Amino acid sequence: MADDKPKTNLPPLSLHVPEPKYRPGDTVDYSDVVIPKAGDQPRPDLASDPATMREMVYDMVRVLDDDYKAVGPWDPKLSDETLLQMLKTMAQVRAFDDRLHRMQRQGKTSFYMKSTGEEATSVAAAMALHSDDMCFPSYRQQGILFVRGYPMVDMINQIFSNREDKLKGRQLPIMYCSRELGFFSISGNLATQYPQAVGWAMASAAKGDTRIAATWCGEGSTAEGDFHSAMTFAAVYNAPIVMNIVNNQWAISSFSGFAGAERTTFAARAAGYGIAGLRVDGNDPLAVYAATQWAAERARTNNGPTLIEHFTYRAEAHSTSDDPSAYRSAQEREEWPLGDPITRLKRHLIHRGVWSKEQHEALDKECIDAVKVATKEAEKNGILGHGLHQPFETMFQDVFEEMPWHLKEQSDQANREREIKWPDAEASK
Amino acid sequence: MTTMNMIEAINSGLDNMMARDDDVVIMGEDVGYFGGVFRATAGLQEKHGKTRCFDTPISECGIIGVAVGMAAYGMRPVPEIQFADYIYPGLDQLVSEAARLRYRSAAEFTSAITVRSPFGGGIFGGQTHSQSPESMFTHVCGLKTVIPSTPYDAKGLLISAIEDNDPVMFFEPKRIYNGPFTGYYDKPVEPWSKFEASEVPEDYYKIPLGKANIVRAGEAVTILAYGTMVHVARAVVEEQGVDAEVIDLRTLVPLDIETIEASVKKTGRCLIIHEATRTSGFGAELSALVQERCFYHLEAPIERVTGFDTPYPHSLEWAYFPGPVRIGEALDKIVGELTA
Repeated sequence: MADDKPKTNLPPLSLHVPEPKYRPGDTVDYSDVVIPKAGDQPRPDLASDPATMREMVYDMVRVLDDDYKAVGPWDPKLSDETLLQMLKTMAQVRAFDDRLHRMQRQGKTSFYMKSTGEEATSVAAAMALHSDDMCFPSYRQQGILFVRGYPMVDMINQIFSNREDKLKGRQLPIMYCSRELGFFSISGNLATQYPQAVGWAMASAAKGDTRIAATWCGEGSTAEGDFHSAMTFAAVYNAPIVMNIVNNQWAISSFSGFAGAERTTFAARAAGYGIAGLRVDGNDPLAVYAATQWAAERARTNNGPTLIEHFTYRAEAHSTSDDPSAYRSAQEREEWPLGDPITRLKRHLIHRGVWSKEQHEALDKECIDAVKVATKEAEKNGILGHGLHQPFETMFQDVFEEMPWHLKEQSDQANREREIKWPDAEASK
Repeated sequence: MTTMNMIEAINSGLDNMMARDDDVVIMGEDVGYFGGVFRATAGLQEKHGKTRCFDTPISECGIIGVAVGMAAYGMRPVPEIQFADYIYPGLDQLVSEAARLRYRSAAEFTSAITVRSPFGGGIFGGQTHSQSPESMFTHVCGLKTVIPSTPYDAKGLLISAIEDNDPVMFFEPKRIYNGPFTGYYDKPVEPWSKFEASEVPEDYYKIPLGKANIVRAGEAVTILAYGTMVHVARAVVEEQGVDAEVIDLRTLVPLDIETIEASVKKTGRCLIIHEATRTSGFGAELSALVQERCFYHLEAPIERVTGFDTPYPHSLEWAYFPGPVRIGEALDKIVGELTA
């Protein structure tokens, strides 16, 4: 019997609850974070067996060195024109985030999420895909829409939930959707897009299409069952997909240790599934581009899925609903050993002799002006909480293709209530 | 016409749809080469190919999630969840994703998915192979819920479900796959071939969603049931000699409220029967609707006969099952004074 065994001399068990290294007020020292030398990482053949490239999940693909030169086999050798486009797009995203964040603070909408510091993980990645590849983003990949030319005014209409909002005021701000641009509807439930993206990729493969799928989630969401289901399906059916984990170190107030980062890298998840895995300097736009390009071509040539961990840092709050100074050291952002993606690309272009500090200042101003113009335009269509921007029937439409009797009854009820609750609101009907 | 049991009718409906529409794909645990644990997909992989009917990992979250992505691509997936009891790992993908996608994307993306799943007890399946979780899905806006009670209906409803551009939960009462069960567990089951509803066209036909079927016209009381319980209700009614109107709902959402309302206004009495547990079961919704719409026509309290609010037991399965005794007692309460 098990109970007969003596227990008195055994040490008591203890439960490990992870704790981040730095809390508010702490001095940050990142000297223990291993940052491999840029250019040192081998670039495997596209058809490589994942088993032969396992060390890459612990390494870090880096192209820009400390002098902002592009070095090594992963240098995507992009033209000046492409790199300038990348820089301008990232700068525009940042200016957009700053302005719309402020708009939320001014009470013009309920919610906003910035992608500050992580712009490369969506902008450079989207630029490395074909424009008709299908993206299944999480909520911090607004950069994809900028790359694909979605008008800022349409984004702001959605953020304001106004009468021109293409999503009819139904979605939380920034939960964009554009079928036309291959940008799947964003869900607030985390990692649900992962198996969906795999399903889309499987369908594309089953149909003999040439388009691939790409998806993004945060490191925190890799703990969801959906992530692991997606990895299993992607491996089993050799799905043509690029799966991105944006490891920005923080999931609201929970550091990456609560998703397993104390034990291994997120890219290492790939090895267990027999999927190709790459760990990338997420603040190096050239490395992000090169890794995405490698993974996309691998998928497109029927060599299967790739998991890419983008090692980056969430420079600002999770959203407008939390204050990071309450849970992490403000020094983290300053000390982050991989710097800022826009600054690094800017310095690379200056180093190449095709860009200058003055030009960059002018660009920043241009970006701010462009957002201002778009914001003014969108405000004409209304802001959240000021007026009834959508006819009440729209609340009941698209639950089903055809409205069943019970929703028709409820729609009538809503319109009856409207006449009592907002008797003078005829104008906005 | 061919004589088919419910499994054969479902198989025939799937086969018709796969032949008509290249976008119809079937996936699920054991559905491919083997043809499904209940044989519903037998022969379909061989006939239509491995990319049209294939096995999946044991991951309901993955099965539904992948189906949502395939539907977003433009396909019309028909995933099978091997037992309704296994569906819970896929709930988030059904409730938050498939059911909401049309709404949240303003119809840019839709989920034309039909989730087939055997449900219900009476097969000594114990608590993990006997559940009736339909009311969890009727509570979710954006999902349709369909439950057939005969081979003929199963095929016609399944084809409508697959052609529907919204996600449909298609629950198959596995107790009556082979023959209509009357609730008398100690009597031999008669095969479908002895019943008219087993006459099923081999070709494509549809039964519209949202339309109930009056399977027995009557004046004394309206009985609302679906799936297996339609047959149990009919048997008890015949045995007790009650002139009941038995309505097979066939679709729970959208519900055929007109047929229900007209019948209860005529009979003035209403009995609701389901095998699922009682509290917050679909019977509660039906009872509320009948009360709201027919109150001044009612001559007796609405009664519900349901499974007990316990897990489905194994050895005491027939003590749990809402069979002839429980139904008979409820009928006595409602129409007792009429037949006394």
